[in-house]
Amino acid sequence: MTDPAFARTTRPAPPGPFANALTFGWRAVLKFKHVPEQLFDLVMTPIMFTLLFTFVFGGALAGSTGDYLQYFLPGILVQTVIFNAVYSGMGLCTDITKGLFDRFRSLPIWSLAPFAGLIVGDVLRHLIAGGIILGIGLILGYRPEAGVPGVLAAFVLLLAIGFGFGWVFLVVGLLVRTPTTVLTLSFSVLFPVVFASNIMVQPETMPGWLEAFVRANPISWMTTAMRGLLSGTATAGEVVAALAAPAALALVLMPVTLRLYRRNA
Amino acid sequence: MSDIPPTDPAIRARGLIKRFGDLAAVDGIDLDVPRGEIFAILGPNGAGKTTLIRMLATLLTPDGGEATVLGHDLTADPQAVRGAIALTGQFASLDEDLTGRENLILLARLWGFSRRDARARAEALLADFDLADAATRQVKAYSGGMRRRLDIAASLIVTPGVLFLDEPTTGLDPTARQKVWRLIRQLAGSGVTILLTTQYLEEADQLARRIAVVDHGRKIAEGTSRELKAQVGEGFLSVTLADASRLDEAADLLAAQLGARPGRNAEDSRLTVRAGSAAEANAALAALIAAGIEPSDFSMGAPSLEEVFFALTGGPGAGREATE
Repeated sequence: MTDPAFARTTRPAPPGPFANALTFGWRAVLKFKHVPEQLFDLVMTPIMFTLLFTFVFGGALAGSTGDYLQYFLPGILVQTVIFNAVYSGMGLCTDITKGLFDRFRSLPIWSLAPFAGLIVGDVLRHLIAGGIILGIGLILGYRPEAGVPGVLAAFVLLLAIGFGFGWVFLVVGLLVRTPTTVLTLSFSVLFPVVFASNIMVQPETMPGWLEAFVRANPISWMTTAMRGLLSGTATAGEVVAALAAPAALALVLMPVTLRLYRRNA
Repeated sequence: MSDIPPTDPAIRARGLIKRFGDLAAVDGIDLDVPRGEIFAILGPNGAGKTTLIRMLATLLTPDGGEATVLGHDLTADPQAVRGAIALTGQFASLDEDLTGRENLILLARLWGFSRRDARARAEALLADFDLADAATRQVKAYSGGMRRRLDIAASLIVTPGVLFLDEPTTGLDPTARQKVWRLIRQLAGSGVTILLTTQYLEEADQLARRIAVVDHGRKIAEGTSRELKAQVGEGFLSVTLADASRLDEAADLLAAQLGARPGRNAEDSRLTVRAGSAAEANAALAALIAAGIEPSDFSMGAPSLEEVFFALTGGPGAGREATE
């Protein structure tokens, strides 16, 4: 170490918030490169769900596997995005436990940038997982009647859903001490909420009290809108209803996230 | 960082307080860290060292008191403080999934370096920190010493005015520790003010020009290691026992003889106690031998920093709870 590089480097002009967020987004992309296993996690569960439900239950639930796939596929997209949003919370929690977040917090950067980066990673995950599931659906015979515009609209809604739910798990990631707890806690809440929706079956077959719950479940509204967009029958009201929960979650939880982030850990 | 008069201290804190529930982790600490020096905060686990350093690095908001870092007020302008400091925490704060080079590029980009400059900066730091060969390996495959070095390199993307190092060598083997020490000295030589915490007296003695001894959230002494030693007084008797099982008994005996509780080091069954004079020390030793306790070695001399520490904190921090 004859001529140490650490002797004096002048600080470049401070970057803007957007540049900071992009840098964190780049980190999320690098993670895909170095931890390809996470992609496996990401798509295996929805693929299994799609195959199992379609071929095991499809005939019983809808008369034929083809009819069931037509009903089920939009819902499994919603479910996948919501389940995958948990990974950001886990990633955040890992960063905190490793002390990496302390380093970010001690940098003169836009304070929301680390979260924006996680969300960039989320968006990529949702697009990859959604694309793969749709691809498998098409192979198995699923046909979106609304064609390419319908699929594009559905994916935009999907990203909005993922964005809204992402904040839930970021908050969980900030509150909970270990990444595994984030996972178990989130799924123990998500499973009943996701299953008690119209993703898998028509609510008419359920007991009255459950049917009432399913009809009031925002996940059902999202699923209904997804079906509508993909089949070309969606009404504006359905889409607005589907966006209500993600919008509310983002509006309420963004400031909560910031507060928790600035709070004394 | 030259916008304040060079005579002002790099860090100036008055009455800093941080509470966690009922516990005052930092209970009114004053600090003046001169520029360009290595300053050590020495204390046992749970003394409040980490809390203090996290406050000064803007990660915790003080519950009381005030502080400036390079002239920037900690609470009024934390973003300006962040622009002037770097923190290397107790655990290597790196992304273990990324390579060493990617970690440095990530941080350089966050500081605002262009893609090309960020890469060049990363390469230069990797070379300087002896990590060029490991540049493309994921950090999870690094050894403890390599992680530490990368962690410190990550704090030097932009040369900070003040570098906070929280227990920089905890958990490192002696060779790796020597490497980190050399690095810290070089950094200080290039003009960076360094505030480090440590529980190793040797580390404080070796590196720091000034040392603040902290215990139970309070500063109990401060000075150069020579001053601290003088404060406690000369004339320390150090006795190593042949039979470690009689350590308690011997400690009681020495305490009765010399009127001060001996500090004890169970590892090598050694007791150290302040003895007013050689005659008193001699009498105490005679009493030990009369009681059938055989010293395998004894010496009389100026206190080591360790002995000073024990004298100041009232014992080698046994049974203390970690609250950090």
